Amino acid sequence: MYQLKFDQKVCASCRSADCLLKCQYMTFTGHKEAHGEMMKIMKGKDSRVLSECMTCYACEEYCTRGNHPFYLISEKREEKGIFTAPRPITNQWINMTVMQGKCLVGNVKDKALSCCYIPDLGPLGTGEIFKDVADAGVFGAEFMCPAVHTHFARMSVIKERLPIVIENYRKLGVKEVICLHDECYGTLTSIAQAYGMEVPFQPVYYLDYVLQRMKELKDKIKPLNITVAYQRSCSNRLIPDKHALVKKIFTLIGVKAPKRTYQDENALCCAEILRSISGYKLADDVQKRNIDDMLAADAEYCVFNCPACQTSLAEKVAKRGLKPVHIIDLCKMAIGEKERGTL
Amino acid sequence: MSDILQSLIDIVGERSVSNAPEELWFYSRDPGVLAPHKPDYVVAPKTTEEVQKIVQLACREKVPVVPMGNGMSLAGLVIPLKGGIVLDMKRMNKILEVNPMARYVVVEGGTSQGALKSYLQKNHPTLRHSIPDAPATTTIAANVSLHGQGRLTNQYGFNSDMVTGLEVVLPTGEICRIGSPSIGPYWISKGPTMPDLSGLFLGWLGCTGIITKVGLKLYPNKKFRDAELFVTDRVDLIPDILYKLTHLEMLEDINVWFQPKPLMFLGNYHITIFFTGDTEEEIEFKRKMIWDCLQEHMDAKDGGFMSIQYMKAMLLEMPGRNIADFADVPKGGGFEYSGPIAPIEHFPQYAAKVVELAAKYNVLYASTARLISGGHSMMYSISFAFNRNDKAMMDRVEQALTEATAFALDMGGIPWKPNHKEQKMLLERMEPNARRLLLMIKKNLDPQGIMNPGNWEVNA
Ligand SMILES: Cc1cc2nc3c(=O)[nH]c(=O)nc-3n(C[C@H](O)[C@H](O)[C@H](O)COP(=O)(O)OP(=O)(O)OC[C@H]3O[C@@H](n4cnc5c(N)ncnc54)[C@H](O)[C@@H]3O)c2cc1C
Ligand code: SF4
Ligand code: SF4
Repeated sequence: MYQLKFDQKVCASCRSADCLLKCQYMTFTGHKEAHGEMMKIMKGKDSRVLSECMTCYACEEYCTRGNHPFYLISEKREEKGIFTAPRPITNQWINMTVMQGKCLVGNVKDKALSCCYIPDLGPLGTGEIFKDVADAGVFGAEFMCPAVHTHFARMSVIKERLPIVIENYRKLGVKEVICLHDECYGTLTSIAQAYGMEVPFQPVYYLDYVLQRMKELKDKIKPLNITVAYQRSCSNRLIPDKHALVKKIFTLIGVKAPKRTYQDENALCCAEILRSISGYKLADDVQKRNIDDMLAADAEYCVFNCPACQTSLAEKVAKRGLKPVHIIDLCKMAIGEKERGTL
Repeated sequence: MSDILQSLIDIVGERSVSNAPEELWFYSRDPGVLAPHKPDYVVAPKTTEEVQKIVQLACREKVPVVPMGNGMSLAGLVIPLKGGIVLDMKRMNKILEVNPMARYVVVEGGTSQGALKSYLQKNHPTLRHSIPDAPATTTIAANVSLHGQGRLTNQYGFNSDMVTGLEVVLPTGEICRIGSPSIGPYWISKGPTMPDLSGLFLGWLGCTGIITKVGLKLYPNKKFRDAELFVTDRVDLIPDILYKLTHLEMLEDINVWFQPKPLMFLGNYHITIFFTGDTEEEIEFKRKMIWDCLQEHMDAKDGGFMSIQYMKAMLLEMPGRNIADFADVPKGGGFEYSGPIAPIEHFPQYAAKVVELAAKYNVLYASTARLISGGHSMMYSISFAFNRNDKAMMDRVEQALTEATAFALDMGGIPWKPNHKEQKMLLERMEPNARRLLLMIKKNLDPQGIMNPGNWEVNA
């Protein structure tokens, strides 16, 4: 069985304990307490973090010393039989994502376009931007990154299923897998690396691909001249170095994203997982603060990077006058493939 | 040509009578597992007077008459067990009157649920009726004659409780109005404050007369409908969860279901909670009340709410489509259920029984309970799917359903829309004086024993 690589010495000597000090859902009196809790977790002792963590993934970004605090928290929770969300919800996710040989595989040669197990991704990976890879789509539990189970502290499911997913891609003989979902790219890079799993192909982050294509399509771009608020996804925290791509794309297509309180490291997640874990109160509060903040920035559109965030927030932002749009569709608008407002 | 055929033609015209073998084949069966039996004639009347003349003829000639709506009870209730005339009521489909202020509608005895739904949507968008999850082509009169349940049953009781008056053709041919329409022009009460004669027809499965008009209560059609889906893997908690939810006294409908396929449903019990409101604030308020009342189960990690955005449109469909989808899982599109009315505290025992029966008879199960009248009871459906082309599988389903009925009776439940075999099981358990009372009623109303014979056949 794969083991999480977690360097205890790095933690022991950590002067920041940013992983917990920056946490948006728990407060600590200072470094001493936060660091102390992390040390307890590391040593397998009980810690309030194990019952209070909301699984927002952000500490994966806050730790800049190469450790994986969130994966560790999830490991320890599972070891201790602690559930984050209610047990039936946890098990439902496990059952729902079992591989049953019902996947769809397009015309895959050396590149595959991963649609994970999210039907909404298929239509996004089309048009001029994806014209070279649109027919190389793969979809289904067999190609689904199992990262969602971290939300439920079921790392054993990830350790069991991720090697099979990687093997399924290997069997396709691909050199590159373009991941349309942050979670897939985060899984194939961050999680696989943290557990020492070898990935025998190159995972490609879709926004890298989109940026490159938009540069190639520069002549077709008509600047959108709109103001947006960007909804950062939880899984983007697994790949923080990729966050800057959003700004580059916005600049290229003439989109302004004014400074907000909840952005970058301080971004708020879509909060749907909070609803599952603790009920509506916290989730409603987070969503309200987030949307208030988008409006305070005079945004006209709310731009998503993740279809799951879009599903949970689209109606809510729309009710408050913001137009919900996936970043790929925004790019399609910029090259005239999609009309504004027809999302 | 036989005298009866000619007489029927004289009453309704040639196009509305048939004894052609292909028609008789069709009218000899229903979609459930019971064996077919051929009628001698199929007749489709258009008016109450035609119904009256047909019944007078049948009474004179001692020919059985089986009223039929859409034949979808699944329990073989329109299979003409002793031949005779199947009276297909579907041509009597007029919506006669809507009284919007008193919130009732009067329809003819063959009017379908779908026709009334779309009529109200178009003409009275602020009104609705209690739609069952049966196909939209099923009929209102049939539904109340078997004590059906619909989307508003949790709030207002069985659909038959919503009747506001009847017009019936008695087995001896008299046309008779029941309730307030027997006194004056208004269809506002099926009985009170008089002795409630509607009980002579409701629940009788067409054995005491033919309903030619039904008055039915209508209810406010709120601007918004919404749903939440709570899941738990602890069956022992279900009664408490249902008790808490019904205590809110603000829910449209509550259904509890579990099934082994698709895999995402395995191992969990699902409680679909429907609610309505005229403003978003009202909806959000109710949503919070629902979540709050189950918070303790969430905190204990025993249950939680599913994220249902992607399936909400399907959940909110009326009638719901998922039961019919389930029928086709083993291919061959068949399903039947036994649906005892039982106290909600027995949910765990019924749930265990479904699984036990499915394993014993090697058939696929699904189970949905619908709450009645705010939790006084539930309709607990023990459903099995089958392939119509597989006789052995159908036999196993029939045995499983019979055993389910015996179990329900042992548990003090009442079989709902029982087939003729289950009716006998029920009558055997009935307190003898109550049984004699039934016999007295049936004999007096139907002295020739022509109405849907084989059903509710009471022996002294
Ligand atoms: C997928 C599916 C889902 C279902 N869900 C529900 C549900 O949610 N709630 C529910 O209540 N039922 C449900 N049912 C069962 C059934 O379909 C309904 O109860 C429906 O209302 C039966 O109507 P019908 O017109 O098909 O009745 P039929 O089968 O034609 O008749 C039923 C009984 O009524 C008698 N009858 C018919 N017309 C008259 C009349 N005019 N006068 C006197 N007696 C008459 C018949 O003789 C028979 O005994 C479901 C069935 C299916 C297939
Ligand atoms: S996980 Fe990272 S930030 Fe947290 S204590 Fe360890 S090294 Fe420091
Ligand atoms: S995952 Fe989020 S909630 Fe949990 S400890 Fe890390 S930062 Fe805090």
